[in-house]
Amino acid sequence: MLAVIGVPTLREIFERQIPESVRLDRALELPDGLAEQDVYEHLRALAARNTSAEDELSFLGAGMYDHYVPALIDMLMERSEFLTPYTPYQPEISQGGLQVMFEYQTAISELTGLPVSNASVYEGPSAVAAAAYLAKLHNGGRRIVASAGLHPHSLQTLRTNAYGFGMEVVEVPLRDGVTDPDAWAQAIAAGAGETSAAIFAQPNFYGAVEDAAALSEAAKTPAPADGARAGAPVVICQVDPITLGIVRPPGECGVDVAVGEGQALGNRLDFGGPSFGLFAAREEYLRRMPGRIAGETVDVDGRRGFVLTLQTREQHIRREKATSNICTSQALNALAGVVYLSWLGRRGIVEMGELLLARTHYARGRLAALDGVEKLHEQPVIREFALRLDADVDAVRRRCAKHGVNPGVDLHALSGREEDRGGLLVAITERRTRADIDRLAEVLGAAIAAEHEATVAA
Amino acid sequence: MSPIDENHLHSDPGIEARHPHAHPASAGATPLQRDTARTIFQKGAPGRRAFVCPEMDVPPVDVSALLPERFRRTAPPRLPEVSEPEIVRHYVGISKRNFDLDSGFYPLGSCTMKHNPRLHERAAALPGHARLHPLQDPERAQGALELMWRLQGALSELSGLAHVSLQPSAGSHGELAGVLLTRAYHEDRGEARHKVLTPDTAHGTNPATVTMAGFEVVKVATNADGGVDIEDLRAKADTDVACLMLTNPNTLGLFDPNIAEIAEIVHGVGATLYYDGANLNAVMGLSRPGDMGFDIVHFNLHKSFTQPHGGGGPGSGPIAVSDRVAPYLPVPVVVRRTHTGTPPSGAHPEGHTLKGVGRQAGEDDSYDLDYDRPKSIGRLRGFHGNYGCFVRSYAYICSLGGDGLKDASEAAVLNANYLLARLKQQGVADYLPLAYGELCMHEFVLSGGPMKRDLQIKTLDLAKRLLDFGFHPPTVYFPLLVEEALMVEPTETETKETLDAFADAIAAILKEAARDPEIARGAPYSTPVRRLDEVAAAKTPVIRQALG
Repeated sequence: MLAVIGVPTLREIFERQIPESVRLDRALELPDGLAEQDVYEHLRALAARNTSAEDELSFLGAGMYDHYVPALIDMLMERSEFLTPYTPYQPEISQGGLQVMFEYQTAISELTGLPVSNASVYEGPSAVAAAAYLAKLHNGGRRIVASAGLHPHSLQTLRTNAYGFGMEVVEVPLRDGVTDPDAWAQAIAAGAGETSAAIFAQPNFYGAVEDAAALSEAAKTPAPADGARAGAPVVICQVDPITLGIVRPPGECGVDVAVGEGQALGNRLDFGGPSFGLFAAREEYLRRMPGRIAGETVDVDGRRGFVLTLQTREQHIRREKATSNICTSQALNALAGVVYLSWLGRRGIVEMGELLLARTHYARGRLAALDGVEKLHEQPVIREFALRLDADVDAVRRRCAKHGVNPGVDLHALSGREEDRGGLLVAITERRTRADIDRLAEVLGAAIAAEHEATVAA
Repeated sequence: MSPIDENHLHSDPGIEARHPHAHPASAGATPLQRDTARTIFQKGAPGRRAFVCPEMDVPPVDVSALLPERFRRTAPPRLPEVSEPEIVRHYVGISKRNFDLDSGFYPLGSCTMKHNPRLHERAAALPGHARLHPLQDPERAQGALELMWRLQGALSELSGLAHVSLQPSAGSHGELAGVLLTRAYHEDRGEARHKVLTPDTAHGTNPATVTMAGFEVVKVATNADGGVDIEDLRAKADTDVACLMLTNPNTLGLFDPNIAEIAEIVHGVGATLYYDGANLNAVMGLSRPGDMGFDIVHFNLHKSFTQPHGGGGPGSGPIAVSDRVAPYLPVPVVVRRTHTGTPPSGAHPEGHTLKGVGRQAGEDDSYDLDYDRPKSIGRLRGFHGNYGCFVRSYAYICSLGGDGLKDASEAAVLNANYLLARLKQQGVADYLPLAYGELCMHEFVLSGGPMKRDLQIKTLDLAKRLLDFGFHPPTVYFPLLVEEALMVEPTETETKETLDAFADAIAAILKEAARDPEIARGAPYSTPVRRLDEVAAAKTPVIRQALG
């Protein structure tokens, strides 16, 4: 090979190109390579030092959930044809991937009740930020009004991004567990035409179902004193897609853009990623959407086919004028999403929603009846609910862990909000049976009682 | 126009035998072409299903009482009604309409389509990794945090920069993190800079990122050798400039020999230097961005570190930064608490000492997530990043080791130069000359200008005809400053035989075009669909299946 190239040594190829001053003149200080079986053993040993949802009875949620991933998804995701190609730049040999995107878009449109969906963005919180950027491109105003019911990670991601694109985030507090409607309307009106986006979550971070239609309507109703308003803000809703079999879809509630974390749809927990972010909108926002979009067309012989379309929005064509910088996204995870939705099917998604609703109701009742436990709010909940304990949450969680139960997320530890002290967020999936919930009630009740005793003794 | 001498183009006679001279359109439709695309929504029947819902084991509830009507969905979403075997047949069927890296050569420039070992999938699927909840208490996720800490250490050593965040979701997300870090750095010093320089050869994500981060893009010209035009850089580098974003080797596959001078100019005006790591596969263990003077680097784990590309993701885009940028890194940062148990202070986090990466954790060591970083830009996404990708890339680094990573880069550069030389040897260079330089790093860019003039076929036609030969084409029409560009990145995991076969195919296509350019212009012929009408798709977008 060197003879064909016409150089005596491989070294010369580098010496002729890389100036000596920036050549690394030592070996990398990394361990030596290992045989495959040794690497596996090392990775297995690391895995063994994690307590996964397989090792304890877990009620952790707050954005990612321990739903069952059907075996057929593993099989399809491991197929070379889906696992190993890249973005379908050559549509003639990428019809499989493009059709998956087209089907995924169809499923997300149908779930959200919004006519246009892209082929996925990274994940939930960054999708919220991406939607805010769309609103900025659309309206130009520099204010974002965001409900405190958004996941803390969504709010933090939004602030990080808004700082970049020059917008301020105004947070609207909750009242009785849901977005305070008066504060919401006031915050939007106070922007005097500068409010580009109004964002809330459904269900919200505390598990409560928001009155999405009322929030949308309030955002779009001009305040009487505000004659100068140029346009209504883009109403953005972060949804939990697995609830949309029973919850009124954002498209029927006046929402303009629905975004969300797709992990619950056939994706593993994976310690937080990769999963996918869903992004759907009303037709008028189509040309400002971020990310890939697959579209239907025909080939020279008139056969049905699919291509990446509306690429003039994208960075590789439009460069600094692009609607987003996103390139590589989450195609494989979105494949898992659409396969999962096909597996659940038209009836299954409703049954799943009803099962979650019933078990969550049961769990909320059981736990709220324990001594030292009360509901954090009385709003309807679907698959997750917030409690307040009259004991130190961290200490209670540690006591539960000794019995193999993880009772949920310490709200204050995650949100940092003073008013969340004592808060516990409990998530239910179809994997948590009545017996599991009864066990949780028993262990949590005992842990709180023990904590009370310990406190009194101290 | 130069006379066409098809005998000057040498290709393997075997290839010509497999692809005879008769016009391929006369062969008729293939079985896949006769199979009209139908979506999952067009299959199944009412009432058919795959999912069996777990038993309703709690007391039945009145849905309308728990969920008032104004919150409730009235009609179920029209999802497919299909059985499990139908789902399997459907997706296995459409998977066969994809070309993939496991099936053949995929020299897509700037994308580093190297082999994806299946060990990585097996390791990532272990329940201890795959079913680990991101909000598990750090003391019960020690394996995951240690893995992340070790990966940070390896990336630190490879880049020559001490501080790493694994959080960004892909390369462009890493770029956004980097430009936001730059903004925070300058603002912390009381400076409001508003421009970011990018070469005209930059990936499109660079200028798009600059806009999203609230800066103005200023383009820097390319010199006659394909590097940064130093005079133009000098003229544009002033105290309004926050950053220069650079890829090195650049998108022409060339290592910029003036990198030290470039760094000096950029640092001279107080700006940061950003390294787009898309091309890191050329220099692992050979040259380090930190030593070149870069302040911020992003890595594409899905490129250099072989996370499978998944048809367009998932990716992962960690960043490494210098000491002066470290205080602004996204939260949380994975840290190791050593035997004293003293956490590092927020403003000056522990950098990787580099030497500790390989050793076994001490009994007293523990790993944690550090949120106490007052100058942090904040979060870029939920949780800690694409951990599943970290497992795979960490497994890759363990398999190869330090020397193996260097070998990988050397072989990638060797393969690229061999393929380039082989194409020259076969006479292809007369029609597809190298755009700049003589040698290349891990990829090279050819210009299809002479081919278009002399053989009457465009780069697009060549790319489409390559599909009939069973190859994924190189990246086409990028970088923009090269006429009819063809960007070829073979990677280190391809054999000499594969490279030879690819060179033969290119030569054969040019030879064929010399006889009859219409063949390439009408290509492809053997793919599941033939050339698609992209203009019509964009004009009247149909982006979902019409549902009954």
